[in-house]
Amino acid sequence: MTFLEIQGISKSFRGLKAVSNASFEVPQGSIVALIGPNGAGKTTCFNMIAGVFAPDSGTILFQNSSIQNLRPDQVCAAGIGRTFQIVKPFAGLSVLDNVMVGSFLKETTTLGARRVALEILQKLNLDAKANLPAASLTLPDRKCLEVARALATRPKLLLLDEVMAGLRPTECDIMVEVFRDLNRSDGLSIVLIEHVMRAVMALAHKVVVLHHGEVIARGAPADVVRDAAVLDCYLGEETEV
Amino acid sequence: MNRRAVIWLSILGFFLLALPEVANAYVLSVATLILFFAYAGQAWNVMMGFCGQLSLGHSLYVGVGAYAAAGLFFHYGIGPWAGVWLAIALCVALGAAIGFLAFRFGISGVYFALLTIAFAEFTRIGFDHIQWLGGPGGLFIKVEQRDAWDLLNLRGTPAMFYYVMLTLAAGAFVICFFLLKSKPGYYWQAIRENEEAAQALGINTFRWKMLAVVISSAMTAVAGVFYAFYYNNLFPEQIFHISRSIEIILGPIIGGIGTLFGPILGAAVLAILADSITEVLAALGWEFPGVKQVFYGVVLLVVVMFLPHGIWPAVAKRMGVSR
Repeated sequence: MTFLEIQGISKSFRGLKAVSNASFEVPQGSIVALIGPNGAGKTTCFNMIAGVFAPDSGTILFQNSSIQNLRPDQVCAAGIGRTFQIVKPFAGLSVLDNVMVGSFLKETTTLGARRVALEILQKLNLDAKANLPAASLTLPDRKCLEVARALATRPKLLLLDEVMAGLRPTECDIMVEVFRDLNRSDGLSIVLIEHVMRAVMALAHKVVVLHHGEVIARGAPADVVRDAAVLDCYLGEETEV
Repeated sequence: MNRRAVIWLSILGFFLLALPEVANAYVLSVATLILFFAYAGQAWNVMMGFCGQLSLGHSLYVGVGAYAAAGLFFHYGIGPWAGVWLAIALCVALGAAIGFLAFRFGISGVYFALLTIAFAEFTRIGFDHIQWLGGPGGLFIKVEQRDAWDLLNLRGTPAMFYYVMLTLAAGAFVICFFLLKSKPGYYWQAIRENEEAAQALGINTFRWKMLAVVISSAMTAVAGVFYAFYYNNLFPEQIFHISRSIEIILGPIIGGIGTLFGPILGAAVLAILADSITEVLAALGWEFPGVKQVFYGVVLLVVVMFLPHGIWPAVAKRMGVSR
């Protein structure tokens, strides 16, 4: 059985093909990066997996059951957590309360939810800011909060939509370390959309490249960055990795 | 809750319990009214303050609750303690119907508010044609036994009505406290802040919004039952009127939307403000029609301008207690 299997999904918006017949797999315990130029359909792919909208055709199998017609909350309950590219904090609530909303998925008591939330904040180095209003956080911290909230739902698969964008290289390295640790110690599978190649190369076991909604390359990171088609449409000849 | 909050709450509780012993009939009637609006405001706050669903038609639940209990009492002599269940059932059904229509078909924000107004308005017009409940001429409950406490039939002295309302307001406060500090409160606030993000965290937003509407309408129904037995007369033109809905929501807005003390503080401030404006204007001899409303409006404007989050958050900060 495959953990997450995307089989020929397509999605059009008013005639514009955003994703066309895309297929890829995510084995359990792996980290897969989804890369490609702007408008390639990466976020559309994410939204289809996360249940924001259903694909026009194709199927999405998660642990052998099809999830393409589930609502976002059902997808989350099935074990897939996600972050948003444009961060959506609960601005009026504290950082801790934000994460507790996530942990209430598996915890019924307030105490239990608070305990889980604090653990996760600690893991992401946000515990010192637990009682600040989420609206007061800087962008890197807000990105971190997105991750913390998603992790609080105890997902088996985490979808990260450009969490490294806007981070300084050192902050980026810290995040990479966090994800690597979650992957190794908790067995968390991750799919990430990322433009920061530094993070992609450090994290991904496998890379899938999208261009104009189609998968044009897939494979180990080192191979994909040498692929002629990928260099042509996305990375360019000069890229240093 | 910290020790300071406990001390303040104890002082407030003692004051409220002792009030009928020291206050005259006029002060007691004002206090009862304050508690009534604190209670109804608390109920409205569950929907708007906690869950972010703006209702401008809460008079619907006050009215239906009032007519349900009053009708049973008037025609069959069934007391309010039985009638309140019919009132709750009817209001929950109405709330669920409005919620289902709105949330199933994605009606939100101001359009949701319009829907709540529409339901209240056509119920008002509808009740004008229900002769069994008095129609436009009103429904009157016989006033009797004003000097004894008959809790069973909710007939008695002003002090009895005061204590009944105090119990309801305190009960609503406790219920809201526990709702806000547990899973429903967290989920509602998440939906209020960002519905898409809430959904991504596994929250079935339809179901939780429905729960907020149902709890809010059930609580408001009880306010209606009290209203019927306190005032003893009901007119569709009055009880379902949109100004009644506005009256209910002014308290929490002025006091602080989404806070536990906001509706209580707001109701008290508004009632005391209205009465002191009347007194001051009478003392000055400025008794032109409408002048009271002008002053009332100006003061509300000033409060909203300088304390856009309401009075309570500012007071809480001063006192060093949490919101």
